[in-house]
Amino acid sequence: MRPAPVLAEGFPDLSGMRLAREPHWFRWFGAALIVLVLAAIARAFANGQIEWSYVSRFITAKVILEGIVNTMVMAVLAMALGIFLGVVVAIMRLSPNPVLKTVAAGYTWLFRGTPLILQLLLWFNLALVFPTIGIPGLWSARAVDVMTPFLAALLGLGINQGAYTSEVMRAGMLSVDIGQYEAAQAIGMGRLRALRRIILPQAMRVVIPPLGNEFIGMVKATSLASVIQYPEVLHNAENIYYANSRVIELLIVAGLWYLLVVSILTPLQMLLEHRFARGTLRLAR
Amino acid sequence: MTKPLVAIRSVSKSFGEFQALKSVSLDVWPGEVMCLIGASGSGKTTLLRCINQLAIIDSGGIWLDGELLGVREQGGRLHRLGEREIGRQRLKTGMVFQRFNLFPHKTALENVTEGPLQVQGRKVDEVRAEALELLRRVGLSAKADSYPAQLSGGQQQRVAIARALAMKPMLMLFDEPTSALDPELVGEVLAVMKELARSGMTMMVVTHELGFAREVADRVVYMDQGAIVEQGRACEVLGAPREERTKAFLSAVI
Repeated sequence: MRPAPVLAEGFPDLSGMRLAREPHWFRWFGAALIVLVLAAIARAFANGQIEWSYVSRFITAKVILEGIVNTMVMAVLAMALGIFLGVVVAIMRLSPNPVLKTVAAGYTWLFRGTPLILQLLLWFNLALVFPTIGIPGLWSARAVDVMTPFLAALLGLGINQGAYTSEVMRAGMLSVDIGQYEAAQAIGMGRLRALRRIILPQAMRVVIPPLGNEFIGMVKATSLASVIQYPEVLHNAENIYYANSRVIELLIVAGLWYLLVVSILTPLQMLLEHRFARGTLRLAR
Repeated sequence: MTKPLVAIRSVSKSFGEFQALKSVSLDVWPGEVMCLIGASGSGKTTLLRCINQLAIIDSGGIWLDGELLGVREQGGRLHRLGEREIGRQRLKTGMVFQRFNLFPHKTALENVTEGPLQVQGRKVDEVRAEALELLRRVGLSAKADSYPAQLSGGQQQRVAIARALAMKPMLMLFDEPTSALDPELVGEVLAVMKELARSGMTMMVVTHELGFAREVADRVVYMDQGAIVEQGRACEVLGAPREERTKAFLSAVI
């Protein structure tokens, strides 16, 4: 055996040598193939029976712009209602009270178990069940006047969303360590204060990616409200093509608007995630 | 004559089939530092958790500062107290956990001020000044604005001690405060606890640090299988145990 400080021979010094760039032929080939296919598709559409001038004329038409505004208003309001219901129901679901637990489970079961379009139609046609609605002795009105397309869409979309959001929120709350509840209790916090101050802020970090997903789903789900005459962008596009028969052109117009809105939402989600990542190692300097 | 700060009488607690505490009775006197030792599963942590009501006892009674915990006697029956009352009773104890349980989304300073501001509803300026003084006392003035993830285990545990002290408790409960720490970080936490003991705080410490028990504890309690086997001054229990089970435990640990 050699004395320890002497290093064995036959192992050259590699420091200072750089890693060579690999040519990656297959990637170049794959990219070229995809470009070709896309070009072929674009050419087919350009030569197909689509009057692109109609697309560019109607993309900024007043009715379409009003439609996309209505779409966004409905998506935001219904999502807000959905998140509110979702938080409340998730808290009920995790409560020790068996009555609250059962009510919450029943709500989720009912509204997840039936199609959204069916729920929208039911809300909109509520007048068939209850011709007049109100609080006995205080206030009453004809259901057809109260249950406008707007209100029916808001209730249908929001309450349905609440059933899904409650499961997302519940998963987020379960992801917070049990020790956090105990530490909150140990400094004298009650259940609700501990939830609001300690548990929910930590759960938010976990639930924002799935909630962003749900919101994108909501933007598109508003299109279902076209069946109950809510004037969102798809409904308005349909009304135009009923008049001028430019079906594909107007569907493309609506599709482009949905794509634009969803493209704007993704970076907004990143901002929110950053906000709620306080204290995690990702932000540690 | 002084009264015990904590009086535990015939307390039993089971988790399903497993009996964690078997009719335990014990007094803790004001200013006393008590170390609870024993193998895991011997019931020492459960006893601590029963005192601040993170675990609910099955039978018996615990009095803290003369007040019966968790229940109220009326017409020959016991009625459970509401959440608000239990929260008020918990304020008399401070708890330090094995795994720190700092709030990760709040800075060290915010962790300390959370209880006084949110639960006790005290003024921001006053609470902040006290919190900074507490952080100074545990040697972490420079880390007030750091998040828990930016602190070492020993630093996190010292913040946790400051957080518990911020509620001005009469009794501090330590549940294996150094068991989750790397060996080189144990000393800094024990030093803070020694300083606290010298200041006259009543403390119950579940620990495996027999050196700390020998140096600081007024009384050492050895528990096994949910019961107190032996108790007395540290030098007696640790130096010359009378019970065979205590001797066996000590020879296995040392």
